[in-house]
Amino acid sequence: MGILIKTFKQSFAAAALALVAIAGCNTNDTKTQDKAAAGDSATTRDDKTILGAGSTFIYPLFSKMFSDYNAKTGIQVNYQSIGSGGGILQLTNKTVDFGASDGPLNEEQTAKIGAPVLHITQASGAVVLTYNLPGNNNNINLTPDVIADIFLGKIKIWNDARIASINKGVAIPALPILVAHRSDGSGTTAIFTNYLSKVSADWKTKVGSGGAVNWPAGLGGKGNEGVSGLVKQTPGAIGYVELIYALQNKMDYAKIRNKKGNFILPSIASVTAAGNVTLPEDSKIFLTDTDAPDGYPISGFTWVIIYKEQNYKGRSLEQATRLLKLLWWNIHEGQAFATPLNYAPLSDEALKVAEKILKSATYDGKAIL
Amino acid sequence: MPANSVLRVSYFIQIMDETKRKRKTKNSYGQIRAESLFKRTLVGIGAGMIVLVLGILFTLIVESIPSIRHLGARYLWGTTWDPVNNVYGAAPFLLGTLLTSFLALIISIPFSFAIAIYLGEYNPKGWLSSFLKNTVELIAAVPSVIYGFWGLLVLVPLVRTLEIKLGVLPYGIGIFTASLILAIMIIPYAASLGREMIRLVPSPLKEAAYSLGATRYEVIKNVILPYTKSGLFAGILLSLGRALGETMAVTMVIGNTSMIPTSIFAPGNTMASVIANEFTEADHTVYLSALIELGLVLFLVTVVINMAGKRIIKKFTTE
Repeated sequence: MGILIKTFKQSFAAAALALVAIAGCNTNDTKTQDKAAAGDSATTRDDKTILGAGSTFIYPLFSKMFSDYNAKTGIQVNYQSIGSGGGILQLTNKTVDFGASDGPLNEEQTAKIGAPVLHITQASGAVVLTYNLPGNNNNINLTPDVIADIFLGKIKIWNDARIASINKGVAIPALPILVAHRSDGSGTTAIFTNYLSKVSADWKTKVGSGGAVNWPAGLGGKGNEGVSGLVKQTPGAIGYVELIYALQNKMDYAKIRNKKGNFILPSIASVTAAGNVTLPEDSKIFLTDTDAPDGYPISGFTWVIIYKEQNYKGRSLEQATRLLKLLWWNIHEGQAFATPLNYAPLSDEALKVAEKILKSATYDGKAIL
Repeated sequence: MPANSVLRVSYFIQIMDETKRKRKTKNSYGQIRAESLFKRTLVGIGAGMIVLVLGILFTLIVESIPSIRHLGARYLWGTTWDPVNNVYGAAPFLLGTLLTSFLALIISIPFSFAIAIYLGEYNPKGWLSSFLKNTVELIAAVPSVIYGFWGLLVLVPLVRTLEIKLGVLPYGIGIFTASLILAIMIIPYAASLGREMIRLVPSPLKEAAYSLGATRYEVIKNVILPYTKSGLFAGILLSLGRALGETMAVTMVIGNTSMIPTSIFAPGNTMASVIANEFTEADHTVYLSALIELGLVLFLVTVVINMAGKRIIKKFTTE
């Protein structure tokens, strides 16, 4: 018994020691935190780190861009790919220097963020329609109304007269159509449903557009891989995935008739072309259903979002300049990394608008760049 | 023995006792302190758990308020989940969660009980027994995303073949496939607990039955199962808890549609799966809050099922 109690005592002593040690560490931590906070407010934060968060779609491009930027300038960019919504939330809470989003801020987000923000286009991506039809059926033709009616569940079979009439000479089997869509909220879905709302009044009233919608037909798969898994496994399935994903996995995808009446095969060139149109001054535009004659109609920008007035929460002019220089580099030198990674680089028109927007950023009301 | 030496011995014993007592009084103060500190630590940690659970419940309720205000009680029986128009109804997901979990339970029980009885009664020792035991326990250790992959690549085509034979729409994925995956995942819980319970059955009871001429099957049916029923039921409850909350494997094979499932082969969705899918990109307040409310409903469903289960166990044991 005595021995037992002794061991108890010893273990308690050890535990108490550990506790004291932990407490000690804690006080140290708070001290350093206080110091850091004080440093922040005294605008002397001189660690060369820029924080960003948001879009998962742009993450592979950003990680390549930022590692190169770090090698050249020694400035570290810490980007967390937590999803566009999350990135905007973090920017709203002012815990990051920039957010990245596949869609412009919606009304509620704009109201919540409470200050003017800038949308700077970074690159564009596209959504392609991929399908599983036995036989050699790569790049079948699809028109906007047919796509809308397939996803509304109105066209139920592949040898429908409307599909046949735009694919003369192609033997399309009489398979039932299975629609596959994303089950998770995503920028891909936002671009695709935005497109459908533009080209189909029926879709607009019945479903609408958003990162997640109430799908009238079909099955949901998680992520691009979930959708493509469904499509690959089910003969007769059709779904939508990011262009990058389709290119990397060598999937069949459809040519889509654009606004000017041309059937366009999705490619980096045709997606860049889609952005070569007159853009609004704030660049807040969904590129879907583009006017460009050689542009692929289901594409969209990814934006970096920053506060227009950079003097907030004790930020220094140095910090603001560092951030803007990075973004300037992103839309110029950084664009060289886009094509090898299957992102569509900015069109000349988009670049011009982005430059102008970046130059409108201020510190204490004075232009930074 | 002379009286003298007896006296001397008793005196010696007395001295020994004295020293012992002295040492004890010296130690007892510290002992009491250690004891009370130990007890207080236990109470503290226990209370911490209660605070944690209540805190989670409280957070869920507070965060659900925008959704509750916006939708009221029709959230529970509404069948439309439409983030674009801010209309949320949890009924399809509630139904999906309950359907998959209970279906999985029904599928898994024969397997987990068979394993429990075999390992507990027929083959409690030896390499085969420990090999089987370890394999079953490994089933619980495999990460659920791996089950999801396996389900998608192996189970889905098999179910599709079955569906073609049955003449239903051959999606391959859906409530039934999700239940199958869940059933496999929850087998070890009921099996392990059941095995331990069966091994704890006192051998006199079994021997008495054998001596009366009972066969092995009769012993299992009339002695072992009645003796262990509360433990077996606790195992089932544990399995059910696991099935209710499982997310990843389910979301990969259930089809993720927000419609009320019309048959067990139809695609559907579960509450946990919807939360995992939509949480990261929920971009307005009511949407986010509706998802958190879904978490609250799941929490409450789990609590209700657990409490009902405890009741049943209690009834079993007092009978």
